[in-house]
Amino acid sequence: MATKKFRCKVCGYVHEGDKAPEKCPMCQAPQSEFEEIVEEGAAASKKGLNTNSNVYTILYAAVMVVIVAFLLVFVSQTLKDRQTANVINDTKQQILSALNLRDQADVAATYDKVITADALMQADGSLAKYNGEFNTSYKSEFDKGNLHVFEASINGQKKYVIPMNGLGLWGTIWGYIALNEDRTTVYGVYFSHSSETPGLGGEIAGTKFQDRFPGKSVVDGNNVALKVLKYGKADKSSKYEIDGVTGATITSTGVNAMINKVLSAYLPFLTK
Amino acid sequence: MANKNNEALKQPMWANNPVLVQILGICSALAVTAQLKPAIVMGLSVTIIVAMANVIISLLRNTIPNRIRIIIQLVVVAALVTIVSEILKAFAYDVSVQLSVYVGLIITNCILMGRLEAFAMQNGPWASFLDGIGNGLGYAAILIVVAFVRELFGSGTLFGFQVVPQCFYEAGYLNNGLMIMPPMALVLVGCVIWFHRAKNKDLQEN
Repeated sequence: MATKKFRCKVCGYVHEGDKAPEKCPMCQAPQSEFEEIVEEGAAASKKGLNTNSNVYTILYAAVMVVIVAFLLVFVSQTLKDRQTANVINDTKQQILSALNLRDQADVAATYDKVITADALMQADGSLAKYNGEFNTSYKSEFDKGNLHVFEASINGQKKYVIPMNGLGLWGTIWGYIALNEDRTTVYGVYFSHSSETPGLGGEIAGTKFQDRFPGKSVVDGNNVALKVLKYGKADKSSKYEIDGVTGATITSTGVNAMINKVLSAYLPFLTK
Repeated sequence: MANKNNEALKQPMWANNPVLVQILGICSALAVTAQLKPAIVMGLSVTIIVAMANVIISLLRNTIPNRIRIIIQLVVVAALVTIVSEILKAFAYDVSVQLSVYVGLIITNCILMGRLEAFAMQNGPWASFLDGIGNGLGYAAILIVVAFVRELFGSGTLFGFQVVPQCFYEAGYLNNGLMIMPPMALVLVGCVIWFHRAKNKDLQEN
C-alpha cells in the first residue's frame, strides 16, 4: 500500500506509483504538471475535524440515535389516533364483508345499522352482551376465551358473525363467517391474510374463493363438518365440502384447520 | 455539471440499470412481481425512499465517521421506511394493507445501500436526488415488465381484471401456474438481462 497517486493537472489522468511519471501518457505533459492526490483521512484532519476518532464516532452515533428516536416517537404519536381509527374501521368493514356488504362508503354508519349486538358466547351456548370496547384482535380474544359473536339484522333476518383466526403458509390468516338464523347454513365469509403468496395463497382474500361458501352447512350433528379440500377434490353435491385454492394447498389446509379449530370452540352455540 | 446530473438520472434507467447490470434488488423483484399492482407500488415506494435517503446521506456525507458509515446509512433508511409506513397506515390504509410486508422489505433492498455507498457518499444532494430517482425508476421498470408477463400468463389478468377471455379456458387453455412461482421471475429477469446485453454490446463478457 505504499503507492501514491498522482493526477495530471492538464488532462486529469491518474498515475499510481511511488512518484509521478516523466511524461503523462495521455497528453504528454511534463512531470511538473503532476500533483499528488492526498488521501481522504489526511484531508479531513486538515479541516480540523477528525471524523475517524473514537470520540467523534461514538458521539455521532449517539446523536444520530437520539434524533431518529425522537423523530419516530413524534411521528408515531401524531399519527396514532388516525391509525387506530383506520384499524377499527377496517375490522368493521371485514365483519360487514362476511355479510356480503363489501366496499361500503361509510363503514361506521352501515356497521351501526346492520350489527345489532357484539356478544360473548357462554359455556352453555347462550349469548351475553359484551360490554367492553370494540376489539380489533380476535386472535387474542379467542386465546383469552372470549368467544365473540356478532348479531346482525339484514332485511329483517337475523345473522350471526363469528371471527376466526389461524395459520397459513407464511403467516397468520383470519376471517369472519356469517351464519343464518339456523346457526348452520353459511350466509357469507370473509378471509384475509398477512403474508400469503400473492396470486396463490393470497387468493383466499378474493371473492372467487369466498363465493364458494354461501349455502354450505357448518355442523353435521354434533361435529364441525365444513371442510376445505385440495382444489378439485371436493364433491360438488356435498353441502359440507369446498374446493381450496389452486396451487395453494397449504394455505387451503390452513383455512380448513382455522374453520375447524374456531367453530369447534363455538359448538355449544352452533348446536343449541 | 448539468450534463453530469443528466447522466445521474438517465444512466440507471437503461445503460447502468441497477437490476440488469448491477444485479441488485433481485429478491424483492422476485417477491412482488406476481401481480402488477404491488409491483408498481413497490417500484414507486423504492424510488421515493432511495431519492430521500440519497439526499440525506449526501448532506451528511462529510460528517459521517468512516468506520460506522454503513450503520448510519442503515439507520437513515430504516427511519425513513418506518415513517413512510406510519404515514401510509394513517392516510392510505388500503395501500398499506396491500403492501403489508413489502414496505419493511424496502430496508433490505440492496439498491438503497448500493446507491448510498456508491453515489451519495461522493456527490452533492441534487445529483444524489436525481440518481435516486433514476435508480428507483430503473428498478420499477423491470418490476413492471416482469409483473406484466407473470400476471398475464400466470393468472390471465392485468391489474386484477380478467383479460384472457373465458372462451380460451373453455377451449382448454390453462393459466401457467409456474409463472406465479418465484423461480419463474428469476427466469424472466434472466430473459430481460439477455435482451439488455444484446442491445448493450459493451457489457458482454467473453
